[in-house]
Order: sequence, then structure tokens, then C-alpha cells
Amino acid sequence: MDFSSISRRRLLQGSAALTLGTALGARSAAAADTTIGFIYVGSRDDYGYNQAHAAGAAVLKKMPGLKVIEEEKVPETDAVEKTMESMINLDGATLLFPTSFGYYNPHVKKTASKYPKVRFEHCGGLWTDKDPKNAGSYFGYIDEAQYIAGIVAGHTSKSGKLGFVAAKPIPQVLRNINAFTLGARLANPKATTQVIFTGDWSMPVKEAEATNSLIDQGVDVLTCHVDGPKTMVENAARRGAFVCGYHVNQAPLAPKAYLTGAEWNWEALYPKFVKMMASGEGIPNFYRGGLKEEIVKVSPYGPAVSETARKHADEVKAKFMATGLTIFKGPLVDNKGKTVIAAGTERGQKDPELEKMDYLVEGVIGATA
Amino acid sequence: MADAGIGLWTVPLAVIGGAIRVSTPFLFVSLGECITERSGRINLGLEGTLVMGAMSAYGISYFSGSPWIGVLSAGITGALLGALHAGICSLPRVNDVAVGIALMLFGTGLAFFLGKPLIEPTAPRLPAIDFGWWSDIPQVKAALRVNVLFLFGVALAPVLYWAFRATRWGLLIRTTGESSDAARAMGHSVLLIRLRATMVGGFLAGIGGSFLSLFYPGSWNEGLSSGQGITAVALVIFARWDPMLCLWASLAFGGAAALGPALQSVGVTFGYHLFNAAPYFLTLAIMIITCSPKRMLTGAPAELSITR
Amino acid sequence: MTSEAVDPVEAVGHIAPASDAGFLQRFGATIEYILIPGAALAGALVVFGIFVALFGKNPFDLYFYMYRGAFGTWFSWQNTLTRAAPLILTALCTALPAQLGMVIIGGEGALLIGALSATSAALVMPSAPPLAVQLAMAAAGMIGGGLWIMLTGALRQYRGVNETISSLLLVYIALAILNHLVEGPMRDPASLNKPSTREIGAANMIGSIPGTEVHWGLVFGLIAATVSYILIYHTTFGFAVRVAGGNIRAAKIVGLSVGKLVLTICFLAGACAGLSGMVEVAAVQGRTNANLAAGYGFTGILVAFLARQNPLAVIPVAVLIGGIGASGGLLQRRLGLPDASVLVLQGIIFVFVLASDALYGRIGFLKGR
Repeated sequence: MDFSSISRRRLLQGSAALTLGTALGARSAAAADTTIGFIYVGSRDDYGYNQAHAAGAAVLKKMPGLKVIEEEKVPETDAVEKTMESMINLDGATLLFPTSFGYYNPHVKKTASKYPKVRFEHCGGLWTDKDPKNAGSYFGYIDEAQYIAGIVAGHTSKSGKLGFVAAKPIPQVLRNINAFTLGARLANPKATTQVIFTGDWSMPVKEAEATNSLIDQGVDVLTCHVDGPKTMVENAARRGAFVCGYHVNQAPLAPKAYLTGAEWNWEALYPKFVKMMASGEGIPNFYRGGLKEEIVKVSPYGPAVSETARKHADEVKAKFMATGLTIFKGPLVDNKGKTVIAAGTERGQKDPELEKMDYLVEGVIGATA
Repeated sequence: MADAGIGLWTVPLAVIGGAIRVSTPFLFVSLGECITERSGRINLGLEGTLVMGAMSAYGISYFSGSPWIGVLSAGITGALLGALHAGICSLPRVNDVAVGIALMLFGTGLAFFLGKPLIEPTAPRLPAIDFGWWSDIPQVKAALRVNVLFLFGVALAPVLYWAFRATRWGLLIRTTGESSDAARAMGHSVLLIRLRATMVGGFLAGIGGSFLSLFYPGSWNEGLSSGQGITAVALVIFARWDPMLCLWASLAFGGAAALGPALQSVGVTFGYHLFNAAPYFLTLAIMIITCSPKRMLTGAPAELSITR
Repeated sequence: MTSEAVDPVEAVGHIAPASDAGFLQRFGATIEYILIPGAALAGALVVFGIFVALFGKNPFDLYFYMYRGAFGTWFSWQNTLTRAAPLILTALCTALPAQLGMVIIGGEGALLIGALSATSAALVMPSAPPLAVQLAMAAAGMIGGGLWIMLTGALRQYRGVNETISSLLLVYIALAILNHLVEGPMRDPASLNKPSTREIGAANMIGSIPGTEVHWGLVFGLIAATVSYILIYHTTFGFAVRVAGGNIRAAKIVGLSVGKLVLTICFLAGACAGLSGMVEVAAVQGRTNANLAAGYGFTGILVAFLARQNPLAVIPVAVLIGGIGASGGLLQRRLGLPDASVLVLQGIIFVFVLASDALYGRIGFLKGR
């Protein structure tokens, strides 16, 4: 599928012209709006994961014929099943976005089999062909953006020591840490990334302590993978370190220290989904992509990013946009000296092996357990 | 290790730095609770007060532009919640532990409710004083960037210690805590004394909250406290209602909170969840060691519901 | 509410004080038990209505949506009952020790340990018939949770450690143990991005009450509450507990073994919370992971106090609090109120009910006693 031919702006104009309301509403009562429900696990203005989704929802809100309903801080228990059902039964929602990873199994699967006429779009890429056909999973290869952020970080760091504040040692997080490190080592082959796991997705005091510990170890550029990067960004900037953001653009929090960041681009993806539904072609059950497919993006470079760094990062970005680029390819050695990808093997983004990542590459200081 | 790093020295330094950075909320809440409990009443609601304090300090600092007005308003908010606690407790047959739990829920809920629009904005923060000027090592400099509130808290502990022993109102609070009948016989209103003690306790807890949102970690969000208020209440019990012991216990707690991340940064990666729970293990262990079923805790106010 | 029952009483009370004493002696207390909490609840709702009115919302819309979300449709009822189910069990974890004058607020910890124990039980008997697995899970959950709270009781009895504080500290410790096991020794290698134990298997799930979507936890809760009520109010053991709860010294004088009472009651309390953990695994999640720490244990404290620690009253109060939780979604979506509204309302109700304790035995027309 080639999504890149439609630019985001054209898509927005196009969808407006399509008069979505009639197209979608034809299924139910005549002029009724299509109701889309968004469910967030945390606060939707967390400067992070949930805010990225809410930004996508906000774009849909502006489109004619759509009614967007939202509920935040819904835990990953049967409460989310009831929230989804409530949106369907009491609000007439026909498209749901349960955005937290932990909603899928068993909650989305269960609810989707119960309401076959409602479309469930879960963020996380967990759908398999055994699951209900009216459920779908989407996710972005945000490691591509992390790779580019790594390049910028590698050029900017004076000590060659980078820091990563991470929540849990799960494949998605490890993949980001590894991509960031590999990117950094393109710029500076001696660069290292030190990781601290805080243990959970939202632990402000631990995140601040991790940030300080990393800087005490001589780290001068930090990034993170937690739900709300605000704590890390502000505390690192206060101590004079540079930061790369995550989830959304955190430049307003630290305009001088912010180098760049790996961001979701849900505001481009969600209108595409709505358009696919309206046109009748439907949303693919499994939908993934990276920079090229406009599912992720890289924040604009901050003032501290050198000309060399910009040039290098832009070059790599152009490769991603043009033909795609393989980040994880052999020979790749982990930080215990074991070869994890043999020479000659290329693991492209869609390779299922990458979904099981349980190692940290050479250059990362830290351990997965 | 390369030039800028200080290797294994990170751990003790982080523990000291953590003791200074993380301990302040514990210190304020425990000192406040110390006053309240000495008057014979326990306020478990200080978790809610801490969170309300954090939220109101951040909000007021954001709208007024002055973090110090934020700190003050956090204190006032705390005092009001304290007054609410004392007011309800002064009704007959009302259990102060239960009211505390209720206010924990109410305070947290209200703070989350009112604080929704404050998660995103950035409010002016409290300044820090540089005590690391003598050192060339940036890590030491950073660890010794101390906030005035911390110094105020540290100074408050001995002052309270002295005040409980040597001043009239200190004696009055202790008398009320030991025997309300005695206080009544001396012609004082027990309820009024407890009202004041709870309000002062709430005031201090609110200020502790302002430290969280205005200094460290330094912004408002809903996961900010993660139980620090209630842990601080536990701390008072094992500090045996002694303000100086509250100070040491708070410092130990702050240090323990920094231990997990610091150990990881030097390569100790096993069981970080267990290290993160270190402060709770520590409190429990100290309570087990210091408590005894045979006698009442030394220093325990006789009127306190939880020690009877 | 009870107006029909009360008015005649009042009338009689004025005319013939002598004749109403018997009636009031028999029913005065019961009337109080309904009238006072009812008035407190009404007062709390009015205050909450004023509170939301301050934010420009119509309080009558609020009441309407609360009713609709909690009890307005069959779906809403099921939503409410599903949320009430775990709360009955966790409330008993506070209500039972309260009979002895102990304030235990660590039900959440017992729930987590119960869930871990139940999951472990299911995982060590992979080929056993489902009923055997389910019984083993229930037993393991109850024993695990029971021992966890018994530890609190033992610390109180033999070391004089305050049970309120220690039970709370044990919640954080239980959570750390759970996270450690789920991400380490007990982790299912296939649970990639959501560290979890292995699944207990679809065959071993206990499912829903026939004809509803409410899981069996509700029935377990009803049974546990009823049994607890009988145990406390209609057995010698319960009598001993109440004697000891009223006056420890008197209990010792009449030769009661207070230590045994404390340990037994704490075990039973923890067993209830542990059972709710087992139900969360066997009816909802199918495995153990961090999702289990959803705060049911903490809401249970609220339920127990609102029920004035009466095991039977726990049932309607759990339904009420479940209903508030169920309506929270509608308040977010229709009225634009933040999710924390539910917490605020719960807090206000809690404060009102506690303050209303002062009214017992003081209502003018019921003062005949």
C-alpha cells in the first residue's frame, strides 16, 4: 500500500470535500453524525503518549460529520470493556480507538467479538488473524525517528555519553534504546547510551532521580521512553544537559536544550483511517509504518543542533523517506558480546524477530533484567 | 571511567543528593503530623493535603508568576483541609482515622479535578541556593543545589523539638495529647487546641506539596506524590513523635528513594522493583524493630487513637 | 424513602410517648440506619451538584447522567454490578478487622498477592480438569491473601506495630513483588510488550453469571458478605470478636485468646481480598500483570466505612460506589467533567457519612429510646 502519495494537507481538504457525514452516516440513520470514541489510559494533556493520541482526536473533531467522544484515565481492567460498551450503547459510537497497549488482550478482543458491527482500532500492533475481523491494530516504527534523534544526539554530545530514562525492559522500549544508540554511533562510533529503568510508565520522582543519576555519570544528552517525558525534559534542561523528546514535541518545555525528538503523527493517520472507512475500502486489520508512511515524525531541530548534525540527520531521513532503510542488520553484537544478528542478515521493520527484541546492543550500558 | 563521570561515587553522592532533593516533602509532612499527633489526633489525610498543596502551589505560581505566593497558598490550602479534618473530628463519635482516609480521597480527587488544566503549562519554580561553590566537580555542585524550603524544614525540626519542651503552647499541645481531661481542667478547650494543631499540620503538609510541584520533580501531574504523604505519616510513628528523629528519618527516606536509580546507573540492575520499594521495606523493618507489644511506644501521646 | 414508616411514628410519638417506646426500641435503630446514611448521601449529592454548578454545569444534567450511567438501562446495571463485584470482597477486608477495632487499609496488597497465588496454582496444574483448577485457584488466592493480612495482624499482636500503617506499607511491597515476579521469574516470554505471567487458559476461566455479563465475583461477594455477617452476629466466635473489639481488657478477663481472634479475623479478611484477586484473574484478565493494581483494594476501604463496617451493608454500598464509577464515563463524555469527579464525589460522600455518625441517637422523634 502506498500512503505517501497523499500529503496530509491534501488529505484533510479532501476529506472535508467528501462530506464524510453522508458517506459514513448512510449506514445508520440519515444525517446522523458518525461517533468516534477515544479511550486514554492516562491524562490526555500529559505532554506524552496520551496527548499524542488526543492531538489526533482533535483533528477528527474539526472534520464535518464526525462526533468525537473521549474518556481518559480508564484502567486496563474490565472497566475499559464497560467504557467501550458504554460508548457503543449510550453514545452510538461505531469506531473506537482504545489507545493503550494493555487494553487489547483480553478486553478489546472480547468486546470486538461481542459487537461485530463496531470497528475497534487498537494502538499497539497486536492483531493476529485469529482475532475478530472488526478489530485492528496499528502502530508506528518510531525507532526510525529515534535513530535520527540518536544521530543528532551523537553529534551534540561532548562526553559521548547519552542517557535513556526508560519505564520497563520490554521489546518496544529496547528497540527504541537500540535504535537511538545505533544512530548515535553513526555520528560518534565511541558513543554510549546508559539506561535506567524506572519500573513503571509514570513515576515522576523516579524519573527525576534517574535523570540526575545519569547526568552525574557524565551524560550530557538524554532521552526517554515513559508516558510523560515532561519530568525528564525539565530536570535535564535545568542541569544543563540536552534532551531529545518522545511522543510529542516537548520543545516548549525547554526551548534551548531541546535537540529533536521522536514523535507520533496520529494527526495524519486518524483522518486517513476515517477516510478509508468512508470510502468503503475499510481499514486494514494490521497497519504499520514509519516516517515514510507518516505515522511517526521527527521534531524540528532545536537551536543547539550543529550544521553537521542537521545535514547528517537529514540525509538519513531522506533515505527513510525514499526507499526505506534497515536499522537492525548484521553483524550486530549485543552489550554482552553475543552476536544477535548474523552478518549478512537484514531485519527490516516488518521482521517479527524485532518484535521479540530482548537485548541491548553494543554501546548500551545497562541490562534487560 | 571517562573524565566527566565519577563512577561508583555516584551512589553515595546520589544518596546524599537524593536525601536533600527527595526528603523535603517527607520532612514537612512528618513535622506537621508530629504537631497534630502530639495534640492527640491523627490525620491520615495528609496525603490528600500534600497533593492539594502541590496542585494549588503550581496553579497559583502559574497565574501569579510568583512561586512564593504559590507556596503560601499551598500552606493555606493545607490549613483549610486541616480545619475541615478537625471540624469533622470534633463531632461526637467520629473516628479520626476514618476522617483522614476520607480526606485523603477528597483532597486527591479535588486536586486532580482542579489540576486538569495545569498539567500542561509550565509555572515559575522556586529558586535554589548553590552550596556547592567550593567544589569543582559538577556532580557535587548539582547535589548541593539546595532549596530554601529544605533549609527551612531542617531548621524547623530543632525549633519544634525545643518548642515542645520549653514553650507554653508546646506544653499545652502535649498536655492535650496526654490527657484531654488535664487540659480541660486547666481551662483550655481541647477541640480548639486540636483544631489549631491540625491546621498547623495541614499548613506544613501543604508546603511540602508545593516543594514537589515547584522544585523537585518540579511540575504538576497526577502521579506526583505516589504515596509520599501517607509514608510520611508512618514515619512519624517510627520517629516516636520526636521532631529531630523525623528529620533523620526523612533524610534516610529521601536517600533510600535515590538508591534504586543510582544503583542502576553504576550497573546494579537486578531487581530494581525491589530496590524501588526500599523505603517501604525500611519503614516496616524499623517499625518492627522499634515497636513492642509490652509497653506503649515511648513518646506516644496517650490520647492518640492508634496507640490506645 | 422511609417517609411512610416515619410519619406515623412521629405522630404517635407526640400523642402517646409511653406506647411508642416499644416500637422505637425495636425499629428506631433500623430506621436510623437507613435514614441517616440516606440523608448523608442526599446531602453529599447536593453539595456535589453545587460544586459542578460552580464550573458552569447544570446539576440536574449531572443527576440525570449519573442515574442513566449507573442504573438507567440494563447495560448500565450490568456495568454497575460488574464494578461492585470486587468491591464487596475488598470491603470485607476492612470491615472484618474493624469488628476488633482494627483499621486495615491494605486490601489492595492482599488482592495482588491473592491474584499471584491463584495464578501460580493454575500454572502448576496445567492438565487438571477446570473445576479442580478453579477450586485450587480460589483456595490459593484466599490463603495467599489471608496470610498477607495475617502478617499485619501478627505484627500488631506480637510486635505492637500499628496495623493501619503496616498494612499500607505492605501494599507497596506487594506491588513491588508482583512487578518483580511478572517481569522476571514468572514472565511469559511471549508476553512481549505487556509483561505478564502465562495465561491460566480459557478453559479455566470462570465466566459470567448466566443471563448476564456480570462475572461470578458478584456471587462470591454476596456469599462472603452473608457468611461474614452470620459469623460476626450469630456465632460464639463472632460474639467473642465483638467483645474483644469493644474492650480488650474485658475480653482478656473472661479468658478470650485475643491473639487467636486477631489472627483468625485478619486471615479471613485477607482471604476475602485474595479471593477478589483470584476472580480478577479467573474472570477478567486470565493472567497476572500490573493491570491488577487497579485500586479496588483502596475503594473497598471507602465501601467498608460507608457501610459502617457492617458486612451486609457492604453489599448495597458497593453497588452505589460501583454505580458512581459506572456513571463516571458519561460525566466525562456528556458533561465534559474530568475523570476525577468520581473521586471528588466519593470523597464528599465519605465525609458526609462520617460526619453523620454524630447524629445517631440524636434525632428528635427517634429519641424515645
